[in-house]
This record gives sequence, C-alpha cells and structure tokens, in this order.
Amino acid sequence: MDLKLKIWRQAGPTAKGQFVDYDVHNISEDASFLEMIDILNDELIEKGDDPVAFDHDCREGICGMCSMFINGHPHGPQKATTTCQLHMRKFKGGETITVEPWRAKPFPVIKDLVVDRSAFDEIIQAGGYTSATTGGVPDANAIPISKENADLAMDAAACIGCGACVAACKNASAMLFVSAKVSQFALLPQGKVEAKDRVKSMVAKMDELGFGNCTNTYACEAECPKEISITNIARMNRQFIGAKLG
Amino acid sequence: MSNKPYYSSITKKLIMSLMGLFLLTFLVVHLALNSLILFNKDWFNEGAHFMGTNWFIQVFQWVLFGGFALHIVFGIVLQIQNWMSRPTGYKRRAAMEQSPFSKYMIYTGMVIFIFLVIHLFNFFFVKMGWVGNGIPLTPSGEEDMGQLVINLFQHSGYVAFYVVMILLMGFHLDHAFQSAFQTLGLNNKTYWGFINAFGRVYSVVVTLGFVIIPLFIYFKIV
Repeated sequence: MDLKLKIWRQAGPTAKGQFVDYDVHNISEDASFLEMIDILNDELIEKGDDPVAFDHDCREGICGMCSMFINGHPHGPQKATTTCQLHMRKFKGGETITVEPWRAKPFPVIKDLVVDRSAFDEIIQAGGYTSATTGGVPDANAIPISKENADLAMDAAACIGCGACVAACKNASAMLFVSAKVSQFALLPQGKVEAKDRVKSMVAKMDELGFGNCTNTYACEAECPKEISITNIARMNRQFIGAKLG
Repeated sequence: MSNKPYYSSITKKLIMSLMGLFLLTFLVVHLALNSLILFNKDWFNEGAHFMGTNWFIQVFQWVLFGGFALHIVFGIVLQIQNWMSRPTGYKRRAAMEQSPFSKYMIYTGMVIFIFLVIHLFNFFFVKMGWVGNGIPLTPSGEEDMGQLVINLFQHSGYVAFYVVMILLMGFHLDHAFQSAFQTLGLNNKTYWGFINAFGRVYSVVVTLGFVIIPLFIYFKIV
C-alpha cells in the first residue's frame, strides 16, 4: 500500500519544529507501524537525509518505549494496542497519516517524535517502591492475599509507563499512571506498610512536575494500551484523602 | 516534602467536588420551589416568603454564595493549570473523552456564571431592592414574587435565553454528578453503574424541570 505521512520534525529540544510530508510506497499490510517508519528511514538515509527519530525497544508491546500520536490518538486508533503492535492493515491505502510526539509540558521533545519521559521516573523515585523488610524468600502462599486483590494489583501493574494517558488527556494529567503505580502496591500486604507516605509523595511529585489536573474525562482509560482502569484513580483519591486525614 | 501543607491537585478537586455536590443539592431545592408556580402562584409566594424570612435560610444563603465562589475560584485555578500543562497542542486530536461534556466544563461553567449574575439581577437583587422598580404587590399588599416571574416569562426573547442557558447548565450537570463521586474516590464496581445512571437522570430531570416552567408560563399552559 502507498501512504502519505505528515510527520513532526524537530532537530532538537529548543529547535522550532514543523510537519514534513513524506510518501511511502509498497508497504506491506503486515508491516507494523514502526517497520513502516523503518522503511521510510532507510529511504531517508539513502538520500542522505536525517532519519525520523522515534522511541522503540522491545517491539512486543510490553516495554512502553514507543510513543507516537497517530491520527489523533496515542499509539494510533486501534484500542489496547501499542504503536509497535499496530499494523498497517488498520489503515487505508492512499491515506494521510499524521504522526506527532506526545505533547505535555513535563514531556519535552528531545528530537522529532522522541520525548523525555523521565518525569515518570521521578514520580516512581518519589515512592513507587516498597522498602519494607520482608525477610527471606517466603513460601509463595505464606502471606494470604485474596484472589480479587491479587488480580487488581496485577491489572494495575500491567501499566508499562508509556505515557499514553498523559498524551491522551486534554489536561496532560498523569493520574492514571500514578494511580496504577500506587494501586499495585496498595493492594498487596507488603505495599500497604508505606501506602500513606507513598500516595502523598507520588502525588506531590506529579503536581510539582507540572502535569495537569484530572477532570474525569476518562480519555486515559479509553486510550491506554494496557486498559488500566479509572477505578485506580478513584482508589488513589480515596487513599490520598485517607492519608491526609490520618 | 510529603507532609508539607499545600493545595495538591487532588485537594483542589476534592473542594470542587464537595462544593459541586452542595450546588447540585441546592438546585433540587430551587427547582422544587420554582415548580410550585405551576400549581398555584400563592404557594410559590409563600415559598418565596419563607425563603426570604426564615433565619436559617438567610444565614445559609451566604454559605451558598461561598460554595459558588469556591467552586468557581478552584475551577478557574485548575483550568489555568491544565492549559499550562500542554503549551504546544496537537495538530490532529480525536475526541477521546468518555464523559462527553467533560471537555466543555469551563465553558458551560462560564455560561452558568453569566446566567447566575443575570438571574440575580432579575430576581434576588430586585427582591433586595437593589435594582429595578420593586416587586409587584398582591391585592392584599404583599410581595407577589410569582407575578414578577410571570411578567418576565411573557417575553419570548427572555424565555428563549433562559431555556438555552438551562440546557447548557444541563450539559454541565451531566458530567458533574458522576465526576464528583469519582473524585471523592467513590467509584466501585457495585455502585458505579447506579451513580452514572442516577447522574444522567438527575441532569435530565433538573434540566427539564427548569425548562418547562418558563415554557408553561409563556404558552399559558398553567
């Protein structure tokens, strides 16, 4: 299939960027979106042009590195899919595809489609861990955990930290990400020990970094490639209120 | 840092949601009183007289103004921060919001504020004697608030303006109800469906309630 691409090109963090139009030809419907960009980049390199910079790593949908805003959606229009798992059969031949970087003040553009997401690392450093001493390696079943909580914690832990929630949110709010990270610990006995300090520290860091305020539009949940639920946000709000009161 | 007192995003939203729920309750009381005019103008006048003289209501109306003020001030602060959090927008952005009116809360909120000011000028300030030519009197010489309402709703332009404003308020309310519960952390699998449905029914009933009153008066159905 032949496609027209409208891609954001920006030479560096302070450079003025602009959209540049490209034509790509003979793209297989079975190619992934990133493979299609690879083909474009090969052509650009052959011509002596600068290839389009973009983030990618595992290309298996589990690392959270890919981050393109495609045709108005983070990771493209296909539900519950990362950019690397998005295939060209989801597009029509001849279509114009607009590709932009994540847009948020705490995610500054480094180059082209690559943004600096270390703000998420800072939020994790603020409390997204447990430092409670749990002794030696226990038997897996030594600590009773309800199946429901184990499942909910696992669902929250499925967050790959890609930032699609921030990119999708009209307010560039990071509440879905932070709430997933808060929840995955808060639901388990080892994480409960520091739950109050964790939620306060992580929310404070999130606010300090300049993410927007959640206005419950739920765009994040709809666009999350791992389908993280907004019930995590409600859980974090409950925990935050409890932590502040107690 | 974690214990340093500051207005976190969640704290500000919490104040927004609590004040919002307070205002939602107020609207029900307001609608209940307004609807008396559809049955009997004297009942409406008695209701208005009670609201204008009861000491608890007199004190509480300032609490209500405070509620409005907090909801408005925090709403504006949150919105400005939200605009600042994305200095460069997208060229192409799909409508991804799952609560359809959530995207327009600041705009519907502005409309409600403008309406509120006009509404105060039309009724409350007239009642207080700050503007206008006073309230019409009944044959027995008592204040006839009902007649003031009926007089205003004789003008087709005013009725149309009022109805449009109320519809826009309805869009605000549709998002408001469930959003307040989500912010308060009261989203769980048992009650969420009910909260959503109740919020939708609330916004439709309250909006229709406020809309039919001027229409019924204008078309002389009552």
